[in-house]
Amino acid sequence: MSARYSWGGDEFIFVELAEEMSLQANFKAVAITNLLRAERPDGVLEICSANASYQVRYDPDVQEPYAFLAHLKELEERVGDALGVTLDCRVVEIPVLYRDPWTTETLMRFRDRHQDPEATDIEYAARINGYASVEEFVAAHSGSPWFTSMVGFVAGLPFKYQMVPRERQIVVPKYLRPRTDTPKQTVGYGGCFSCIYSVRGAGGYQMFGITPAPIYDPRQTKPDFAEHKVFMRPGDMVKFRPIERDEYDELEAKAEAGDYRITTKDVEFDLQPFLDDPDGYNKRLLEGLA
Amino acid sequence: MTGTTIEVRKPGLSTTVQDGGRAGYYHLGIPPSGALDQYSLACANALTGNEPGAAALEIVYMGPELRFTGPAVVAVTGAEIAPRVNGEARPLWESFAVGEGDVLDFDFLKAGARAYLAVSGGLDTRVDLGSRSTYLIGSLGGVDGRPVAEGDVLPVGDGSGRAGLVVPEDLRPSLSKDVEVRVVMGLYDHRLTDRGRATFLDTVWTLTPVADRMGFRYSGGQLETVEREPPFGAGQDPSNIVDSPYPIGSIQVPGGVEPIILHRDAVSGGGYMMVATVLSGDLDVVAQSAPRTRTKFVEVDLETALALRAERKDRIARMHAAVSG
Repeated sequence: MSARYSWGGDEFIFVELAEEMSLQANFKAVAITNLLRAERPDGVLEICSANASYQVRYDPDVQEPYAFLAHLKELEERVGDALGVTLDCRVVEIPVLYRDPWTTETLMRFRDRHQDPEATDIEYAARINGYASVEEFVAAHSGSPWFTSMVGFVAGLPFKYQMVPRERQIVVPKYLRPRTDTPKQTVGYGGCFSCIYSVRGAGGYQMFGITPAPIYDPRQTKPDFAEHKVFMRPGDMVKFRPIERDEYDELEAKAEAGDYRITTKDVEFDLQPFLDDPDGYNKRLLEGLA
Repeated sequence: MTGTTIEVRKPGLSTTVQDGGRAGYYHLGIPPSGALDQYSLACANALTGNEPGAAALEIVYMGPELRFTGPAVVAVTGAEIAPRVNGEARPLWESFAVGEGDVLDFDFLKAGARAYLAVSGGLDTRVDLGSRSTYLIGSLGGVDGRPVAEGDVLPVGDGSGRAGLVVPEDLRPSLSKDVEVRVVMGLYDHRLTDRGRATFLDTVWTLTPVADRMGFRYSGGQLETVEREPPFGAGQDPSNIVDSPYPIGSIQVPGGVEPIILHRDAVSGGGYMMVATVLSGDLDVVAQSAPRTRTKFVEVDLETALALRAERKDRIARMHAAVSG
């Protein structure tokens, strides 16, 4: 797995760590960008970690491009296969009302853009992934945690990659043509990624449910947002917890009143022990969360 | 403190508060925003005695109607859309005074796409994450994170400007319906065949009406891509990649048709291959492109890009020297 470096005009360096998605590639991206962030080099304006790649925006009048590129390659070497690296992470619990009325209403409005107009998004995803029922599919989606592999697209939107071996990963296509509407806090799915839409707007991911937990608060009036407008950070590990309608209403009312706090736990994450025994590692990871 | 404010009587098509931009939050999906044409913003601010990145109004295609509650010195730069005070024409690229109760509006757009109205002291609207720039999708900056609306009152900061300052003609951008935009090839351009790459650089692309602060979409050709097995997580279309970050100015080509230049309010990442990046200075040229502008992408290497960057800096320095006389 060797990285590919490319100039993005006169201000960006783009680094593809792997062509295909893997937790290891993502872990490398997070580790390298964390090292770079800790260094705070002069003239570096933006450090963006992504699923299996990262990019840096820099001022070439301050950081000589070729020397800076060589430095990024050094950081890649220092991180190596990332197996020995540990990351300070959070485990985050996100309650989800699967098959909720609002995303269902929205998806019915856009059936003409869907692969299977006769089914809902979650029925379609369950079927093409070989699950016998939607209940089984929800159990798989919420059964193992997700690694926040990238924050972006729009303000505060997390992409999540499930922490299970490849053969157990859910894969679904995006809509044939993107929707013009997606409810805020929709739990979506495209390719091998789950996401939470931070704001209402266009979207191409399949819609499975909705969370009452706010994850973006530009006015910072809610308690989880005292320090930052964006809740999710790369490296956050998310456990989706299926909830019923009455609990959704209760949590939604709490969120509305500004009383909702997202349950989190600080942990240190090591890649190698996880790869050796994902299910056992995940179980320990989630202990004491709820 | 002059206490002057600007009352919005008509908002124009999409008038937003923009400044030098917001750095340091792109990794959370919050793009730089800021004036799409940074050179014209710097000119407007130089004319009104402000810092180069002070907050001004970005006016798109159709101007607003504004009433000043006190005296101010203002300047309009960028697109050719002549200002009027109480119905009387005022020059572009030149600072002029307005008094209490004066109404500023605009004639029709004659060339370019975006004009910048700066006022001495700068607009003193809310600062979000270090910038007053409006970012619509994330509801940040400006007036409640949205374009200005009828009835808004925009506060003006403390400043003292001088009327009659001018940006000389040779230091104004040329506004044309035929433009060249310099790019550095790269990112995922290896996914194009030689023919696809040649099509990208040889085609005279036409800007479609889909041209806003997030992106500029062009039509005119179909790019041939290299056949392959899609890597895990990328999606089925040959133009899909594992969702990655998007450089500002990068050109993505969903499905091999209709290249999109991502501008300063861009989505920060996604799953379409990008094949080139517009030079940071040439984003100003893109900003002044109106629909139907004929555009050629001209490849330069990094050394040339850096030389052009130095040229632009020199031009900005000459502009400041010329304006301050």
